[in-house]
Amino acid sequence: MSEINIEQAAAKELLAHFQQKLDEEAREHKKNGQLVCWSASVAPPEMCVTMDIAMVYPETHAAGIAARKGSPDMLDVAAQKGYSIDNCSYARTNFGYLELLKEYAKTGVKPEKLAKSPGADVPLPDLVITCNNICNTLLKWYENIAADLRIPCIIIDVPFNHDMPIPDYAKRYIVKQFEHAIAQLEGITGKKFDYDKFLEVQKQTQRSVAQWKRIASFLKYRPSPLNGFDFFNYMALIVCARSRDYAEITFRKFADELEQREKTGAYAFGVNEKSRVTWEGIAVWPYLSHTFKTLKNDGSLMTGSAYPGMWNLEYTPGDLMSMAEAYTRIYINTCLENRAAVLSSVAENGLCDGILLHMNRTCKNMTFLNYATAEAVQKKLGIPYVAFDGDTTDPGNFAPAQFDTRVEALCEMMTNKK
Amino acid sequence: MISLGVDIGSATSKSVLLGDGKTIQAEAVVPCGTGTSGKERVVAEVFEKAGVSWHDIAFTVATGYGRSSVHDANEQISEITCHAKGVAFVWPTARTVVDIGGQDVKAIALLNDRGEIRNFIMNDKCAAGTGRFLENISRALDIGIDKMAEHYFRSTHPAHVSSTCAVFAESEVISLLSDGTPLDDVIAGVHESIAIRACALARHVGLVDDIVMCGGAALDGGVVDAISKNLGRKVAVAPNPQLTGALGAAVLAYERAKRNEVAK
Repeated sequence: MSEINIEQAAAKELLAHFQQKLDEEAREHKKNGQLVCWSASVAPPEMCVTMDIAMVYPETHAAGIAARKGSPDMLDVAAQKGYSIDNCSYARTNFGYLELLKEYAKTGVKPEKLAKSPGADVPLPDLVITCNNICNTLLKWYENIAADLRIPCIIIDVPFNHDMPIPDYAKRYIVKQFEHAIAQLEGITGKKFDYDKFLEVQKQTQRSVAQWKRIASFLKYRPSPLNGFDFFNYMALIVCARSRDYAEITFRKFADELEQREKTGAYAFGVNEKSRVTWEGIAVWPYLSHTFKTLKNDGSLMTGSAYPGMWNLEYTPGDLMSMAEAYTRIYINTCLENRAAVLSSVAENGLCDGILLHMNRTCKNMTFLNYATAEAVQKKLGIPYVAFDGDTTDPGNFAPAQFDTRVEALCEMMTNKK
Repeated sequence: MISLGVDIGSATSKSVLLGDGKTIQAEAVVPCGTGTSGKERVVAEVFEKAGVSWHDIAFTVATGYGRSSVHDANEQISEITCHAKGVAFVWPTARTVVDIGGQDVKAIALLNDRGEIRNFIMNDKCAAGTGRFLENISRALDIGIDKMAEHYFRSTHPAHVSSTCAVFAESEVISLLSDGTPLDDVIAGVHESIAIRACALARHVGLVDDIVMCGGAALDGGVVDAISKNLGRKVAVAPNPQLTGALGAAVLAYERAKRNEVAK
């Protein structure tokens, strides 16, 4: 892997560099007999990182494969294995990849679909960690991997928040899960847990989150120096490296660049910024470019999305109750009223004129309340919304022409309102 | 001033020539849609009817799924905006529009008699409840699409067509007939299943009178009746319901041309 000058590199270069570095570290760990953990995207990595375990994130990995048009091969392998198309396509892409990795490990011959996969080359896990703070599919997905590979499975079980604020008993329950996870890790690694190092890892996580939030703060400018779709790209590091300094370094650089763009008037769309939308839901990774260009052709800039905000995991280092709260208040783990409040705030902060709802065939939890949430936001802010059918990784669940029609109609409504 | 609206849908192509934003000078429907020769034929037909050519057209707006293929158009506008405008033109008191086209079902809430949209919702990525579904069933039963309504109104006990998928519903219809369910009742069941889909969307945007139907399926009186009964409200049909998208496009074309004149 080529080295770069961290001080001088642009944020985009840092993003690519650190993503590759994380994958390389995982492969090195595997080669050296050190542990590799596959993790759900919003499961707390702090404990594993304290134990020097290399982290791999199947959701991000699947998104990377899909964005490079490689998901149909993985979905096909998963289908042949018997996974129903009703399952999450992130999970199916991962199951397909897992099957190919297993075959490679057994035979020593790299399967053709694995060899030509555009996704990062990641090793098989020695343990998995999952958390149901964004969906319950993640429990069975990771249990499935653990059972299949006969490896340990760490579960952080998080209650759904039917009311806000989050009650202390829920936080105490989650703290017990953290403590149990630490005990499990001590058993798996044969090492005592280093609480001083844990504190440092928590502090690092907070520095990463602070820079992540700093990037979001540029969405309030009109015209905006930040294209919201960049958020989707930079998300890879808030997911995969928030407890390392890789995320902090990259986000600080990106926020500095945005500050400079704002000062010099180098805006995302500039005078072509006719309207601003909130994108509710995960990106349609196989059609990331199409969805962006359709909006751009209509002069509509995405300046709001609650999705990247799921990693605004602010807490007080050293306080497990505070950390528990951060990992359970993810907006899709909360009641309709709170979801609507979060989405309203996102749309308001981004000075958005409308909302685009991704009715995601993969992600039921990020879909079923979309209309009710958008209606509540419409009532409060008076902005229109439009829904389209899509999927995070299965390109078969998205129709470009239908998306275009809905976006154009939304843009016409937003323009007419002005 | 003559403006042209062209609506290239998934199943048919439509065009309307409008004089001074007020008078329909010619209109045409060609039974082939996007990706076919429909777009050329439908324009040629209205030109011939009105005795005009491209030189006489002040502004052209294209709409429908094939809108980007109409290269002579000055502007492309979504069919949601065009249908809203078209319905408001022919039915100014309309506040809820239900449009059932070849592959889309839309419910549009209108703010005023200018056709401004308050909200809209469309079917998801599924053909159930669309005009194409009705066509497929008529083909499977070997009954002309224009005869479907007659069967609907003759039915005394509409069958229950429960499948939520257009393909499975077709199999269900065949099974019902095999089981001895009268043809009229099966066809009435098909109409009701379409109505269920459309009414769910209409309720979602909020029902405000007048409720007006447009799109090709509005030509089937059975669909209109089934929707009206399901909603428990009076449902009107826009004059020439297949043409409201093209008409709205022509009205918008006129407004654009006027705006350009003022700008000059």
